[in-house]
Amino acid sequence: MPAVQETVDQVRSLDVDQYKYGFFTEIESEKAPKGLTEDTVRFISAKKDEPEWMLEWRLEAFRRWQTMPEPNWARVSYPPIDYQELYYYSAPKRKEALSIDDIDPEILATYEKLGIPLRERDALLGIQSGGSKVAVDAVFDSVSVATTFKEELSKAGVIFMPISEAVREYPELVRQYLGSVVPVTDNYFATLNSAVFSDGSFVYVPKGVRCPMELSTYFRINERNTGQFERTLIIADEGAYVSYLEGCTAPQRDENQLHAAVVELVALADAEIKYSTVQNWYPGDKDGKGGIYNFVTKRGDCRGDRSKISWTQVETGSAITWKYPSCILRGDNSQGEFYSIAISNGYQQVDSGTKMIHLGKNTSSRIISKGIAAGHSDNTYRGLVTAHRKATGARNFTNCDSLLIGDKCGAHTVPYIESKNSSAQFEHEATTSKISEDQLFYCRQRGLDPEEATALIVNGFVKDVLQQLPMEFAVEAQKLIAVSLEGSVG
Amino acid sequence: MAMLNIDNLHAKIDGDHGKEILKGLSLTVNPGEVHAIMGPNGSGKSTLSYILAGKEDYEVTDGSVSLDGEDLLEMEIDERAAKGVFLAFQYPIEVPGVATMTFLRSALNAQRKKRGEAEISTPDFLRLVKDKAANLGINQDMLRRGVNVGFSGGEKKRAEILQMAILEPKLCILDETDSGLDIDALKVVSEGVNALRSPDRAMIVITHYQRLLNHIVPDFVHVMHKGRIVRSGGKELALELEANGYAEYQQDAA
Repeated sequence: MPAVQETVDQVRSLDVDQYKYGFFTEIESEKAPKGLTEDTVRFISAKKDEPEWMLEWRLEAFRRWQTMPEPNWARVSYPPIDYQELYYYSAPKRKEALSIDDIDPEILATYEKLGIPLRERDALLGIQSGGSKVAVDAVFDSVSVATTFKEELSKAGVIFMPISEAVREYPELVRQYLGSVVPVTDNYFATLNSAVFSDGSFVYVPKGVRCPMELSTYFRINERNTGQFERTLIIADEGAYVSYLEGCTAPQRDENQLHAAVVELVALADAEIKYSTVQNWYPGDKDGKGGIYNFVTKRGDCRGDRSKISWTQVETGSAITWKYPSCILRGDNSQGEFYSIAISNGYQQVDSGTKMIHLGKNTSSRIISKGIAAGHSDNTYRGLVTAHRKATGARNFTNCDSLLIGDKCGAHTVPYIESKNSSAQFEHEATTSKISEDQLFYCRQRGLDPEEATALIVNGFVKDVLQQLPMEFAVEAQKLIAVSLEGSVG
Repeated sequence: MAMLNIDNLHAKIDGDHGKEILKGLSLTVNPGEVHAIMGPNGSGKSTLSYILAGKEDYEVTDGSVSLDGEDLLEMEIDERAAKGVFLAFQYPIEVPGVATMTFLRSALNAQRKKRGEAEISTPDFLRLVKDKAANLGINQDMLRRGVNVGFSGGEKKRAEILQMAILEPKLCILDETDSGLDIDALKVVSEGVNALRSPDRAMIVITHYQRLLNHIVPDFVHVMHKGRIVRSGGKELALELEANGYAEYQQDAA
């Protein structure tokens, strides 16, 4: 309840068309030369002090990428991207930070502005005021700048570190799992990522361990003309549990910036991974200029029996979103979930959804998607549910609701359903509605102004999904919803 | 000074060929008074309530409405609410996913802010709701459910009166609050309304039937027909209508 109130406050306190994370941090950075060649890949690998096998892996990806066409099936349009005009590596210029005190104060200040405490004592103070403990890995442009609570996690046996460090420190683990869910050859953007990824988070939760705190990565693109290609790999060993949160922002810029991440999740027998995203990349200005191209591949593999992977996403940012967090339900009795709120306003384009691939017996999946389109935006849900012929007893329930605000936006639902096993039961429900004039009138008659009323109605519409988010994120998400709908009424 | 002054109000449904619904309606309401407006279907009673609340589907073509001397027709819907205009809907609207409690609090605070008052604290708010809800037989479960979602007819009307009790408006407009109520529910709702009668609050009670007025006893009764008030009197006028029906007015007008 107070959260809704905060939403309402937030709407009031901000001007229309104001992206509050749009600031830029003045900081010296070290970049790879512009453009993408084998040398760029070698440069990144050398910067990361990578073993030979990692470089080979990247080079193979790069060669493959050069032969691939860019996909064009999504319901989005944008001018061709000149991949030679981008920078593929940018790092704050400073020697490797050994402790939090070695981090450039400007970067610390940036994260503070974003409300992400990197100093553990700040985070600990948060506990006293009622919040729970969250370990944070902060990625600034291409490198991870800080990971908090490392020691406390390692006591539990949990590995949480930048993937660049994991490649050096736990090469066997990384080698075993990297690319095992999203193969190097998977798709154009994933292959590009495989060639040039610079950092991201690595998580390993050992057998039977319940990760003692929420893990979180905060991504920030700062540099101009820089692509961010992070790679996240999370492994929950047998019977392990981990909840992971991801947040993203970028400065306000006139040109488009590319973000092509890959996230791989592996859940072994009886393990559970809960992955939540609050994505708020810069969406472009009110005329559709600038903004992030968010072309992301996220996939989870329920590799063991009775394992469970749950994706929850709140997507409010980016000029273009192309993203389908998916689950491969390989283990018998494994479960996949996808809860999504995708909001588009202005000239944003969203093509997002999920894939639930049922391979094992008695696998079940659940999809709840809430798309909200306002302004001139286009919002597409694209989903695939399949049952392999051996997937006896597979079950899926899908519910896709779209809400339109105004009459210049579009909502589209594109579900693909394939069953090769006669015992599979798939249900699909979909609705499209507009915020009704009657609802607005009713709320306004009680004293809410048009934006407050819209925020309240929308928060009600997405409630089922908000409930899936960890508490702190739910509050943040609610605020975000209100802010991203500013200027959509009246 | 009169609280509400409606003078020669003409209004039609928005659009070029909109039908004129109000045709020169005048009404003066003073603080503390309860006015009942009765009349056959289609006489314009609900339209009047919507126009007072500011619904955008109508166009006022002539006349004026003032609230405490200010031009009501110039104000936004939510501004009118903050100034104390409350409409209890004949068909309350559902707002799925928004708990009734959340809705009440958001509305109350929105109004308070517009009036430059501080927000109500959580403990004060909870106490307020608990008190008012108990009187109307509204339980905690109902307060947690989405606004009007899955409410029975009677529950919807009680919820409207609860909102009214919490928002403490200056001018309450009750649009056919008795429709869809059984006799017990009618009693509860009427008691809720009566509890809100006060020397500085006025009410306009729109109804077809006398029976509501046995419970909410009006100071004045007006008969509305074809967009105008055609007769006014005391509470006994309602009894007369109950006995004779609206036939005489319908004939007069024909």
